[in-house]
Amino acid sequence: MAAQTLFDKIWQGHIVHEAPGQPALIYIDLHLVHEVTSPQAFEGLAKAGRKVRRPDRTFATQDHNVPTTDRSQPITDPESKAQIDMMRKNCREFGVKLFDLGDREQGIVHVIGPELGLSQPGMTIVCGDSHTATHGAMGALAFGIGTSEVEHVLATQCLWQARPRTMEVRVDGQLGLGVGAKDIILGIIGKITTDGGTGHVIEYRGSTIEALSMEERMTVCNMSIEGGARAGMVAPDQKTVDYLRGRRYVPAGREFDQAAARWLEFRTDAGAQFDRSISFDAAAFAPQVTWGTNPGMVTEVTAKVPDPASFPDPNQRRAAELALDYMGLRPGTRIEDIALDRVFIGSCTNARITDLKAAAEIVKGRKVASTVRAFVVPGSQQVKAEAESLGLDRIFTAAGFEWRESGCSMCLGMNPDILQPGERCASTSNRNFEGRQGKGGRTHLVSPVMAAAAAVAGHFVDVREWAR
Amino acid sequence: MEKFKNFTGIVAPLDRPNVDTDQIIPKQFLKSVVRSGLGAGLFYDWRNQPDSQFVLQEPRFKQANILVARANFGCGSSREHAVWALADYGFRAVIAPSFADIFRNNCLKNGVLTIILKPAEVDAIFAAIKSHQDYALTIDLAGQSVSDAFGWSAQFAIDEFPKRCLLEGLDDIALTLAHSDAIGAYEAAHPSPYRA
Repeated sequence: MAAQTLFDKIWQGHIVHEAPGQPALIYIDLHLVHEVTSPQAFEGLAKAGRKVRRPDRTFATQDHNVPTTDRSQPITDPESKAQIDMMRKNCREFGVKLFDLGDREQGIVHVIGPELGLSQPGMTIVCGDSHTATHGAMGALAFGIGTSEVEHVLATQCLWQARPRTMEVRVDGQLGLGVGAKDIILGIIGKITTDGGTGHVIEYRGSTIEALSMEERMTVCNMSIEGGARAGMVAPDQKTVDYLRGRRYVPAGREFDQAAARWLEFRTDAGAQFDRSISFDAAAFAPQVTWGTNPGMVTEVTAKVPDPASFPDPNQRRAAELALDYMGLRPGTRIEDIALDRVFIGSCTNARITDLKAAAEIVKGRKVASTVRAFVVPGSQQVKAEAESLGLDRIFTAAGFEWRESGCSMCLGMNPDILQPGERCASTSNRNFEGRQGKGGRTHLVSPVMAAAAAVAGHFVDVREWAR
Repeated sequence: MEKFKNFTGIVAPLDRPNVDTDQIIPKQFLKSVVRSGLGAGLFYDWRNQPDSQFVLQEPRFKQANILVARANFGCGSSREHAVWALADYGFRAVIAPSFADIFRNNCLKNGVLTIILKPAEVDAIFAAIKSHQDYALTIDLAGQSVSDAFGWSAQFAIDEFPKRCLLEGLDDIALTLAHSDAIGAYEAAHPSPYRA
């Protein structure tokens, strides 16, 4: 057989039906569901008198809408409450397992999938959420879908998919101190731009990617969609196997060993062809900060806000002008001179235990600037519990951070955690779109250590100077 | 889904690249548990800025049912609410040099046609809107063309399968369920990956 990519192997293994001139009918191994993009899908099923075909491969959580304050208090927003209640009702009626508010497994859907061992190498994974690419870090083909497709998967456990093209993104070499996975992916998006990956599935490869922890690989894969790619993936290796061993839904004993042997076969063969390839030198990455209103508008912390006149393409120039106007920034301002009102450490991009550990290292023994209000929102209840067992919560609260319950929170501001108009935020989340964190709010995307240092300084700082 | 029929409609220009779905329908409208009525939230923040006149607020574009925009339209969040909002507002087609993948899929599921034209062709439409009041385009899906009353036209590509789904208004769940035997056979050959 011809040499195959990791993507080719997963795709080939999931074709249920294929005919010329049609997309393929692909089997979906795991369907993750949350409260915001599923109500209309369940409604559609009910209206058509259809059932959930595989409740044993469908798992739900409440994350987008949920308050991050004391969980014993009632939810005050009636619309959020209605959506959360609807999720409970739908899961009960259709027999779907729900990790609900108050459960110790509740959390952001893209944090709990890997954490519970639901997301495994070689799988096809979908969710009504564009950051589903996160699960690609397990060596899976994972991508976001709309609500009509959620309904389709609930009913059939399959999807019609045109075969995407493949894109190899190689990163080789040693990262500098204080430079991490978030800087890699922001740097990549800055280079390929926000639609550079459209129509493609990315495989991240190279020595730098191999050296990343599983959580760091999740950060990289998570933001594939910000580069236009629906899916991003990393080949499974011994780290993947070690990460999965003992997790709740993963087989145990001899079955685990058999599964692990199968997982390790999901690798790109030597000589396999990608439709596109691009390479990066890890040593060239510096800490990244976005200055505009999409994740491709990004630069290094030591740089300046660009002048729109420097963009040769008229559409890009106009977009940069609009972005600087919205962001309240002048061309030529040093990134390190940008003062902040808020700091958010959280989201499916950067709210795992390794993220919180790294941020706590920076914060330890320091204080949040008096002009800044700072939040830490753990990605899941399990992350929160582990962080608390390590005393990270006390480090953050002693420094002046608020320590919250798990959820999507200020990444998209569907719950009460939002920016006020004009407020400027250093955020470890994934989107700096206009109004994303609250109408009129100004978002700068950064890594957890950059956010932590910015909280202390009250403005952006080059965290490399703080790294011990 | 209703069958897509050829039509002639007023074109509204949205002269921005990378229009994301957070702009098309802001977060507060995602708390809805139904598909209907989302037109009220379409471009809500842009329509409700006191100091700038957003294009859809101009009287001459009130009846528009074709939107033309710049590259990478519909990027970001997978929220299908964006398409429900466009459709509910009255848009039946969007023209741009490129679209984000998930948004494009969502459009096809709701009978909204996404038309990819070359950047120069999109430029031509923006220019024509400036020089003609009530500038309209005729969309012919079967013929894969857009044309105006002044003799300008352009061809667009679309895969056969989505084209057929749109033209025939197919319910793709029903289409898939016709393959139930193949799905069952696949499942029988692939046991659960999870701990019993």
